[in-house]
Amino acid sequence: MAMTMHVNIVSAEQEIFSGTVEQVIAPAKMGEVGIYPRHTQLLTPLKAGEVRVVKPGGEEEFYFVSGGMLEVQPHVVTVLADTVLRARDLDEAKAMEAKARAEQALQDRQSEVDYATAEAELAEAIAQLQTIQRLRKKLGK
Amino acid sequence: MASGKEIRTQIKSVKNTQKITSAMEMVAASKMRRAQERMAASRPYAENIRRVIAHLAQANPEYRHPFMLERPVKRVGMIVISTDRGLCGGLNTNMFKAGVMAMKEWREAGAEVRLSTIGSKGLSFFRRTGAPVVSEVSHLGDAPRLEDVIGSVKVMLDAYSNGEIDQLLVVYNEFVNTMSQKPQVMQLLPISAQSPERELEHHWDYIYEPDAREVLDGLLMRYVESMVYQGVVENIACEMAARMVAMKAATDNAGDMIDGLQLAYNKARQAAITQELSEIVSGASAV
Repeated sequence: MAMTMHVNIVSAEQEIFSGTVEQVIAPAKMGEVGIYPRHTQLLTPLKAGEVRVVKPGGEEEFYFVSGGMLEVQPHVVTVLADTVLRARDLDEAKAMEAKARAEQALQDRQSEVDYATAEAELAEAIAQLQTIQRLRKKLGK
Repeated sequence: MASGKEIRTQIKSVKNTQKITSAMEMVAASKMRRAQERMAASRPYAENIRRVIAHLAQANPEYRHPFMLERPVKRVGMIVISTDRGLCGGLNTNMFKAGVMAMKEWREAGAEVRLSTIGSKGLSFFRRTGAPVVSEVSHLGDAPRLEDVIGSVKVMLDAYSNGEIDQLLVVYNEFVNTMSQKPQVMQLLPISAQSPERELEHHWDYIYEPDAREVLDGLLMRYVESMVYQGVVENIACEMAARMVAMKAATDNAGDMIDGLQLAYNKARQAAITQELSEIVSGASAV
């Protein structure tokens, strides 16, 4: 039997995932990290993207996070997500709309603050879209 | 004595009120259950963060984040979480009382108090008392989202970082059980990192990417936000419980009132019949 560890994905609003997995892949701030059991203790911020968990038996699940924190202990991994939605619940149309809005806001760059928010929104929208496309591919649609 | 018709109208109107209060009671009961679930759902996040922060504080004694440093208190920031709607018994009033007491204590100790309110009842109350309200959010609904409270919290966190306030408190109602809610004044900042944990025995530390300071900054901000969010969610559960109890009392009272009115109506009706009869009898005997 392959080695496993426990993973908790929680946001301030709800618990998203809790279970035993073989591997976790998360979008850490300094680049994507893959965590196997008995990894050394690690603490890092996350950027917008998808957290992938590989369950025993090779089944994968995706969760979109808008950012957050990753805490790794040898047998427990905790993802403190800023806003986690179940990937299948993501509304693709909404993501497209958000992207379009962000791009429009980028075009008329009036104030510094607006520019920064728009950039953040854009990054988030793109990450959401990627997750959806991956899910689509996986489901063979 | 009121005439029969008057009493009948009154009974009808009390019955209508009773219908409304009993409907509100049932709505509040079902909303309370959902609010309690939400309360439980937001707990693991705060617990996890608290655990990590406690560890960080012990592993890095050389770096002290301003959020963890005690300093002489000249100004106090208070986040007051109240409900948006009334008809929930003494819930808000009790909490305001606790808040005002805390404010008074700080004033006597020579510290200024600044407020940030969440919920419209708190805003209208503290506006009337003339206390300085620096930020406000309201109408969060029954299912508030974390992003709804971020603005309010950020105003206070910035004020703390800039040295405009030296302590941050949050005032909210604690959900003890359906029948009782307890006003709470809790200190958010500075975070006291005492709680000695067993992890200290075998010393280990995290690898930080990019560095401990940045990680700690992010964590502390999220910690305060999640604590405030939890206060908001808990307050909603309290609101629903208090409303349920208040509406149950109102429904019962309306029932008592209807009984009393019904008795008065019957008496009036009886008296009218008796009078009519005696009039007929005396009329007949006169003829």
